[in-house]
Amino acid sequence: MATKARVLIRPKEGILDPQGKAVERALPALGFEGVGHVRVGRMVELEAEDPERLSELCEKLLANPLIEDFEIESIDGA
Amino acid sequence: MLWGVVQFPGSCDERDALHACGLNGEARLIWHEERDLGGVDAVVVPGGFSYGDYLRAGAIARFSPAMEAVAEFAAGGGAVLGICNGFQVLCEANLLPGALLLNDNLRFVCRQVDLIDAEGARLSIPAKHGEGRYWAPEEMLDAIEANGQVAFRYAPGQNPNGSARDIAGVSNEAGNVLGLMPHPEHAVDAMTGSTDGLRIFESVAAVAA
Repeated sequence: MATKARVLIRPKEGILDPQGKAVERALPALGFEGVGHVRVGRMVELEAEDPERLSELCEKLLANPLIEDFEIESIDGA
Repeated sequence: MLWGVVQFPGSCDERDALHACGLNGEARLIWHEERDLGGVDAVVVPGGFSYGDYLRAGAIARFSPAMEAVAEFAAGGGAVLGICNGFQVLCEANLLPGALLLNDNLRFVCRQVDLIDAEGARLSIPAKHGEGRYWAPEEMLDAIEANGQVAFRYAPGQNPNGSARDIAGVSNEAGNVLGLMPHPEHAVDAMTGSTDGLRIFESVAAVAA
């Protein structure tokens, strides 16, 4: 049975994230004060028959390990 | 001299690249599904939006049969030039150090820029990209500078995307793989304002010879 998983990918600390900055700058205009350190990443949901290989898959394709960190979480607790 | 220009679904500069290569020999297209480069002397990975640039620019193209062949060709010392999206593909394939990130101002840049090459010469070349901010960890930047791998920098005050240390193009350690964000293939005819791009194709041809 396939395992459902969620992969969270985010820019590494210290790398300028202009998307996060743009969101952060837009918030005060909408009345949301006091929100900082916004970082925009990606989330990928998938079903894998061989969850052992998920980490390799993330390193090779879903994330670029030079610039991004990733976390894999199981969704259905399997 | 025979050039091969890789064409992915979503490539858009392969015709200008073919034309530029054709000024320095013969040139043919290599479709992304081709596993055999057909005995070319040099390969150009052109600009565009390979496979729609889904996920990250260049990330999916890296796994195409043609790119597997290009990686072997490069490992054997073959001359490879990656332009714009081609530069992104070569970085994703680990054939070049570093990565290209979203421009720091979030804008697509389309303008003529001045580049300074490793010997200090100035070249006028058009740049057009949204993800051209060259980035590498500090120690990697130090290493590629020390090894003479920084092939091009944007001239002072002309960095259009926030690239680290104004880097516009880098080579691999062996010097046979070169990538840059600006487009030398669009600067080979005086009609479009500059012929400085020819010098880049000539220098790749010299590596291939």
